[in-house]
Amino acid sequence: MNHIAPGARAGIYHYDEIDRQFVAERVEQFRKQVERRLSGELTEEEFKPIRLMNGLYLQLHAYMLRIAVPYGVMSATQLRKLSAIGRKYDRGYGHFTTRQNLQYNWIKLEDTPAILHELAEVDMHALQTSGNCVRNVTTDPFVGAARDEVVDGRVYAEILRQWTTMHPEFTYLPRKFKIAISGAESDRAAVRIHDVGLLARRNEKGEPGFSFYVGGGLGRSPFVGKLVREWVAQEDFVAYLEAILRVYNQYGRRDNIYKARIKILVHELGLEKFTQEVEEEFARLRGPKYRLDPEVVEAIRQHFAPPPLEELPDHSDALERAKAADPAFANWVAVNVAEHKAPGYAIATVSLKPAGGIPGDATCDQMDLVADLAERYSFGELRVTHVQNLVLAHVKKDDLYDLWKQLDAAELGSANAGLIGDIIACPGLDYCALANARSIPLAQAISARFADPVRQRTIGELGIKISGCINACGHHHVGAIGILGVDKKGTEYYQITVGGDPTLTTAIGDILGPAVTETEAVDAIEAIVDVYLANRSDEGERFIDTLRRVGHAPFKERIYAAD
Amino acid sequence: MKAITANRLRDGEVVFLGKDGVWVESFAAAALFPRAEADGVLAAAKEKAEREQFGVDIYAFEVVEQDGVPVPATMRERIRTAGPTVRLDLGKQAA
Repeated sequence: MNHIAPGARAGIYHYDEIDRQFVAERVEQFRKQVERRLSGELTEEEFKPIRLMNGLYLQLHAYMLRIAVPYGVMSATQLRKLSAIGRKYDRGYGHFTTRQNLQYNWIKLEDTPAILHELAEVDMHALQTSGNCVRNVTTDPFVGAARDEVVDGRVYAEILRQWTTMHPEFTYLPRKFKIAISGAESDRAAVRIHDVGLLARRNEKGEPGFSFYVGGGLGRSPFVGKLVREWVAQEDFVAYLEAILRVYNQYGRRDNIYKARIKILVHELGLEKFTQEVEEEFARLRGPKYRLDPEVVEAIRQHFAPPPLEELPDHSDALERAKAADPAFANWVAVNVAEHKAPGYAIATVSLKPAGGIPGDATCDQMDLVADLAERYSFGELRVTHVQNLVLAHVKKDDLYDLWKQLDAAELGSANAGLIGDIIACPGLDYCALANARSIPLAQAISARFADPVRQRTIGELGIKISGCINACGHHHVGAIGILGVDKKGTEYYQITVGGDPTLTTAIGDILGPAVTETEAVDAIEAIVDVYLANRSDEGERFIDTLRRVGHAPFKERIYAAD
Repeated sequence: MKAITANRLRDGEVVFLGKDGVWVESFAAAALFPRAEADGVLAAAKEKAEREQFGVDIYAFEVVEQDGVPVPATMRERIRTAGPTVRLDLGKQAA
């Protein structure tokens, strides 16, 4: 086996031999299960839950395999392996998702054991990317680098990965269970739309702890997570989360799939009663067995020690000269580059949203290039974001221009992070067996309409999110402009919502009016943008703030006036 | 009219029930059944496909005539017979 060398540079968690043996055994177990299915020893009814537990779905055209990228952090070696698998077993590309994972769309069942074996060679797998278990824990893609970071979310996400992987009590929950952790002042992990959202903070003594939000989620019944406890000390982190999961496991509905998520339990039980149940369970669990030992935390923290950053001045003459000489680069820096906590370094977002492109798709050549660039400029590590982009988190400001030129030559240099072109779109009816309408063509048409980078910056921060069905994989409920595809007697229609917000001021968007056709949808989005530009108080007022100030009426009037 | 479709177990390829109960990859070669007959054909096809470990997710779908040519009635089935509308280089349309 060609495992990632243990002890290689920190920033990526490295498996120990127990992890490796476990994953290798699971691959061999699945290989035999596939053989038994192909020989007829297992029926499809028997096999389906088994393949789902290994991340394998059946979609419209083929099997879809979802690979876990724990908290969205991976190494260049791992990305290169994902590229190699895409080339060998799929159709030369992969799709990065809102769960900070990667999906292949054209997988053969008979190839899947070999793929899982290859993934295991670089300490990767597809476990718990499906099924009614704790899914991939997500966190801030700027983790470990952001200037506003208070606590390193990777450490606690990794603790949860170890604690929940194949935990017998949490393998058959009432429904899937999604956890997000934010350790910074800004919430870049959308914590309040998760089953459990954790906001890590330090108290007045400088000790790390967490606020727990429970019962957020999108889909058929969208809810914003409710604060269950303002402060849980680090040592009680596992105990408190286990208490929540136990209450959910005990009371969560298993008789109705649409009412099985924890958000429905919290809603139906009421926050007060739910909290009481959790607190009682927590009181029973709290103690030596569940105490999170600071030494364990420290040992995991060592895996995420900062890379060997140089001592640099924060100002870069090379960067300023390049910006002055190349306006397109200057625009990219202004939009896609964020402050790093170390002077002289920056965080660069690699957009997977070229104008007219498919959000989240990357060709294998592009993946190889990003892996090379991560090694050259960012200590060999990178991140997947929940808005379907990639991030190089530790780039010297002096290197940004070289980096961008290479990205731009590969259609990865779009300057649209957080702007109207940075659209989230689920795979929709082009791939997904659950979808009612296509998402991708609409995303392509909107991003093409707003391709001009100057126009995008004029419009400013504006998130468009598109889902092809009520399951809301495209997070449309929390889009400043959300779009939901619906089927009306065989024709695709699109319902527009406005006012959604995935940040700490989380809000679910409101439906603006009757659904429109695909042809009408792009014009409708442009009309909404025009109304915003005409009504904003000044250039600094964001779309969401203008909307909150002026209300829906001017937007409705503009779109539906002719009806 | 209706056609009967499945995904091939081994590789997930979209297949259609053709003449004489043989599964084919192209919708153009799919057999069409009057609605009244489709349920019976579907039941037999399901049983046979499971017995032979050939196909999964077997169902019948509506077919209409367009310009004298049979086409799937819904966008979903049109996409399955051709491939993603956003990548014309993928799926059966690429062949």
